[in-house]
Amino acid sequence: MSDDDIDWVDRAGTRAKGRRPAYFADPATDRTLSIVMAVMAEVSVLRERLDTVERLLETKGSITRADIEAYAPDRTAGEERGLATKAYIARVLRAVQQDMEALAADDPPVMHWVEELAKK
Amino acid sequence: MTVAIPPPYTALTRHGMMPRASHDEAARFNFLANLNKHLSGTLGPGNKLAYDKRVRPAFREQLGRDPEHRYEIREAMNRDPYHAMWSALKRNSMEMRQHNGRQIVLRQLDELDAQARQYNEGRATLELDPAVQVPPYQTAVDIHCMPGSYHGEERRGDVSAGANYDVGLFATTAGGLGGLSDGGGQALVEWAKAERPGWSPRRILDIGATVGHNAVPLALGFPEAEVVAIDTAGPVLRYGHARAQALGARNIRFVQANGEDLSRFPDGHFDWVQTTMFLHELSGQALPRLMREAWRVLAPGGLILNLEQPQYAPEMPLYEQFIRDWDAFNNNEPFWSSMHAFDLKQVMREAGFPLDIQFQTGVRAVVDEAIFPPAPAGEAEDHGRAAIWHAYGAWKPAA
Repeated sequence: MSDDDIDWVDRAGTRAKGRRPAYFADPATDRTLSIVMAVMAEVSVLRERLDTVERLLETKGSITRADIEAYAPDRTAGEERGLATKAYIARVLRAVQQDMEALAADDPPVMHWVEELAKK
Repeated sequence: MTVAIPPPYTALTRHGMMPRASHDEAARFNFLANLNKHLSGTLGPGNKLAYDKRVRPAFREQLGRDPEHRYEIREAMNRDPYHAMWSALKRNSMEMRQHNGRQIVLRQLDELDAQARQYNEGRATLELDPAVQVPPYQTAVDIHCMPGSYHGEERRGDVSAGANYDVGLFATTAGGLGGLSDGGGQALVEWAKAERPGWSPRRILDIGATVGHNAVPLALGFPEAEVVAIDTAGPVLRYGHARAQALGARNIRFVQANGEDLSRFPDGHFDWVQTTMFLHELSGQALPRLMREAWRVLAPGGLILNLEQPQYAPEMPLYEQFIRDWDAFNNNEPFWSSMHAFDLKQVMREAGFPLDIQFQTGVRAVVDEAIFPPAPAGEAEDHGRAAIWHAYGAWKPAA
């Protein structure tokens, strides 16, 4: 290694200057969410790679890693894959989206209905 | 198609300086582009719901009045569990964009630097000046959570900052800036040609040009003009110059200089002075200084155009001011909040531009809609990254 070589894995992950906001009461929650999101991204990447393999195998009997690297979806395939990613994100973030819906719904606690229905 | 799907990263235009993304690296950006759309479009409206249903009523209950400043809303919203979760997701998305972009760029930095040298060495169209100081508003924090910001180097003379900035624009705008992430610059050309048919500016100055993605379209759109793209950060200029050369733009010079001191240019030197999403990265004292210099170097009959997000005018609802302020506090844009609260028209007036020559207009990114989605509007707008801008401009009266 020459003096000019850099440890790209180490350097790519360096932090940006500036204090990071704390979003949750427990710092462990902030760290855990960051880890979960990184894993969420990697699952998406794996699924997209598998989709590439499937599409390539549909058109030829065997493929190489170079085929996978060279693959670029056409417009239709790009939209199908984008839609699959969109649906995947909707599944993973369902809890947040339904929390938003609950904000609009104003449901009372279930006990309210337990008591109400007993009377009806 | 009924749902808006970002185009795949592989649809971006390949140019000679474009870092090569592996299959999985492209897939990471595809994920982030979709995630950002989900956060702004699907989950973004939940912030307003939380404010209306929970945060504002609690504020009134406690203080007997409504919030009177966007900062009061921010403090109250930061305690709301929905907004906290949404902000945390979004902050992570920004950090992941930087991490993923830097992995792509740094693993192939040798090749990128070699490629840039081929485009840059001995060219008079790249003028780097190590005497130009990095201004304090660029060193306080790393803007956009970009490690090293625009001026950072992994090793002397590299192009890492510019290359990372260029590749990641796709992810944060979900492809909304088009194949070369230059939909803003293309929009400027289209606007000017519609506004002044036949106008042929001789010299154009782009201040805060970074990698030149908004200046190169000016050079290509006005081939008779001489475009000067300045920035205080050498690393992004090195990349930007090489990128411009790769795209065949020969009538553009990249010059390391500070917009607060344009003394290298005589009075009335430019027919067009442009800033694009740049003024919010200055400081309270730098902004008026820069605007005075812009007035001085602008020729009679010339155009100044500043593309920004809309200012927080008194008639803008406080909630909207608050949500537009998100980047200031969560994405390392420390001047964003104060800058948008200024009356930019008055700042320009005090710099020399009389109010009666000023105008405001909207500018929307021009992208190839055969490949890329049109810029989002309304509720789905991702404040701060939307490919829709507000332009604050003026035509300097002819002498």
